[in-house]
Amino acid sequence: MQKIFGRSAGLTDVPFSFCPGCTHGTIMRLIAEVLEELEIIDNTIGISPVGCAGFSQDFFTNDFIGAAHGRAQAVGIGVKRSLPDRMVFTYQGDGDIAAIGTQHAIHAAARGENITSIMVNNAIFGMTGGQMAPTTLEGMKTSTSPYGKNTVTDGFPIDMPKLLSNLPGAVYVAAVSVDSPKEIVKAKKAIKKAFQVQIAGLGFSLVSVLSTCPTNWGLSPVDSLQWLRDNMMPVYEMGELKVTEEVAKL
Amino acid sequence: MALERILLKGNEIIGEAAIRAGCKLFFGYPITPSTEVVEYLSAQFPKRGGDLVQAEDEIGAIYMCYGAACTGNRVMTASSSPGVSLKQEGISYAAAVELPMVIVNVNRCGPGLGGLGPAQSDYFQSTRGGGHGDYRTIVLAPSKAQELYDFTMDAFDLADKHRNPVILHTDGFLGQTMEPVWLKERPEMPQVDRSWVVDGAKGREKRVLASYSLTNEIGEANNLRWEAKYKHIEETEQRWEEFHTEDAEYLLVSYGTTGRICKSTVLNARKRGIKLGLIRPITLWPFPKKAFEPLIDNVKGMLTVELNTGQMIEDVKLATECKKPVHLFRRQGGMLPTEHEILENLISTFNLTNEEA
Ligand SMILES: Cc1ncc(C[n+]2csc(CCOP(=O)(O)OP(=O)(O)O)c2C)c(N)n1
Ligand code: SF4
Repeated sequence: MQKIFGRSAGLTDVPFSFCPGCTHGTIMRLIAEVLEELEIIDNTIGISPVGCAGFSQDFFTNDFIGAAHGRAQAVGIGVKRSLPDRMVFTYQGDGDIAAIGTQHAIHAAARGENITSIMVNNAIFGMTGGQMAPTTLEGMKTSTSPYGKNTVTDGFPIDMPKLLSNLPGAVYVAAVSVDSPKEIVKAKKAIKKAFQVQIAGLGFSLVSVLSTCPTNWGLSPVDSLQWLRDNMMPVYEMGELKVTEEVAKL
Repeated sequence: MALERILLKGNEIIGEAAIRAGCKLFFGYPITPSTEVVEYLSAQFPKRGGDLVQAEDEIGAIYMCYGAACTGNRVMTASSSPGVSLKQEGISYAAAVELPMVIVNVNRCGPGLGGLGPAQSDYFQSTRGGGHGDYRTIVLAPSKAQELYDFTMDAFDLADKHRNPVILHTDGFLGQTMEPVWLKERPEMPQVDRSWVVDGAKGREKRVLASYSLTNEIGEANNLRWEAKYKHIEETEQRWEEFHTEDAEYLLVSYGTTGRICKSTVLNARKRGIKLGLIRPITLWPFPKKAFEPLIDNVKGMLTVELNTGQMIEDVKLATECKKPVHLFRRQGGMLPTEHEILENLISTFNLTNEEA
C-alpha cells in the first residue's frame, strides 16, 4: 500500500496542545512540511515567542530558541548575524509582533534582515485569555474591550503586513488564511516562498496567517472559520502584498 | 611578539580588547558616555572580521546579543545607565538561559535621564540583578585604562567559563579618558563546553534554549541549579586589590574611579601618620568578602567612598558583619571627590586625634 499522507518529518511526536479547532496546529504543520520539502530542517533555528504561538518550540524537530514577549525578531537577527548560513524563522502571534514587538518588526524589515517571520493573526491575545490586540477588529468584544473595540478610545486595527510591505528591506510579504483547503494550499505556497527568499539571501520576508481562536472568540470551531471569512478577510488585505523583482524570479 | 602600547580613549580600549578577545558580534544603540564603543567597533569590524548592528533600541540590542549568544559566538553590547535599564529584561532572560555575553555599562548619573558625569549609581542594578527574577551577573569594575583592556578580556572568559552574563561596570570618566595601554595578547581562548549551543540540529537531536518552566517542580529545580552556580562563583571568583592594608587601622573601600583617587588619599594619610589602607573591589559581584576577613580584627573603622547615596556600603557591612563601624563619603550627580576631601572626611568621621592625624 502506498502511503500518501503522514506526519511531517518537521514535527515531533508531541501532540498539539491547542484548544479544539484552533488553527495554530495547521499553520505549524505547513511550516514543518515546507522545511522538510526544502530539506532545511537540520539547518534551521526557530524562534518562539510568548503566547500560544510559543508552544511551537515543542512541536518542531529543528532547533529552537525561546524569546521574551515581542522580542523574537531581535533574537532571530542575533542568530542570523552570528550564523548567516543557517535559516532562521520567527513564529509569532499578532500580540507579539503587532503590540509589544512592533519596533523590532519594523526595523527588521527596514534593515532587510534575512530572516523569515510567520505572524499568526487571530485578532486577539490568546494565551492570556482573550484581551484586545492591536489587530482586534472594530466593534469586537474582548475581555479588555467588553463593550466592543471603539476606534475612538482603542484605535484602529493594525494591518501589519501592509505596514511592513511599505519598507524597502521587506522583499516578500504575504497575507494568507487557513480557513479552507483552498486557502491552506495558498498559505503553504507563501510560506515556502518566504523561506526560498531567505535561502536566496534576498532580505526580510513575512507571511501573516489569519487564524482562529475559538476559545476566546466564544464560537465553535466551524463558526470560527466562518467568522474569520466574514469579518477578518474584508479588513485585512489578502494575497501577496509585496514581491520584489528578484523574488519574482525565484 | 613585541608588546604594543597604544593611546586610546577608554571606551575605544574596550572595543579593541573585545576584538582581541575574539568577540565577533556587537549590538548596540548610542548613548553618551558609552558611544565610542559602538563607533570604534563600527570602524574596526569590517576590517577585522565581525558583524555589528546599530539596533532600533537597547531592547533590540540585548536580544540580538541573546540570539547570537545562543549560537556560542562571543558577543558584546555597551550602553550607559538609562540604556542598561532597557536591557534589564533581556539580561534576566540571558541569565535564565545561562548565556555568556558581555554587557558594558559606562555609568552616568541618575535617576532618570540624569547627567553625563561619572557616577556609581547603578551599583545596585548591576550587583542585584536589575531585571526580574532571582539571578546574578558577574560584575567587573576597572579603575584605569589598562584594566578596561584586561577586564574586558577577563569578562569574556568569565562569561564562557560560568555560562553567565558579565557586566563591565565603568563610568564616564574612565570611558572618556585617554591613557596608554599595553595590548597584551591572550594566548588562547579557554576551552569550554559548547554542547548546549543552538546552531541547527545536523547530526544530533534538536535543542531548545528557553526559560519557561512549565511546572513548579521544574521551576524550583532550575532555581536550585542557578543558586548552586552563583554560590560556586561567589566562592571562586572574588577579586580585589589591597593597598597598604597590612598594618591598617582604618580602611577606605572604593572601586573604579574613586578607588583610584583613594590611593592618593592613602599615601597622603600615611605621610600624616594615619595607618590607612584601601580595599578596592574588582568584582562587585561576587563582592570580595574574603578581602576583609584577615584585616577586620585590627581595623578601627572603614569609610566607603562612592558616587551614589551609599550602595556598596551595604555589602561592606554584610561582608564584615558590622563588626566595625562603616561610614560613607560620597559625591553625586557627576561630581568627583578630591583625595584631600576624602582624607578630611576620614579625619572628621573618626575624630582622629592630632597624634593620629
Ligand atoms: C513582557 C510581557 N508582557 C506580558 C506578558 C503576558 N502575555 C503572555 S502571552 C500574551 C499575549 C499573546 O498574544 P499573541 O501574541 O496574539 O499570541 P496567541 O496567544 O494569540 O498565540 C501576553 C500579553 C508576558 N509574558 N511578557
Ligand atoms: S487560546 Fe486561542 S490561540 Fe490559544 S490555543 Fe486556544 S484557541 Fe488557539
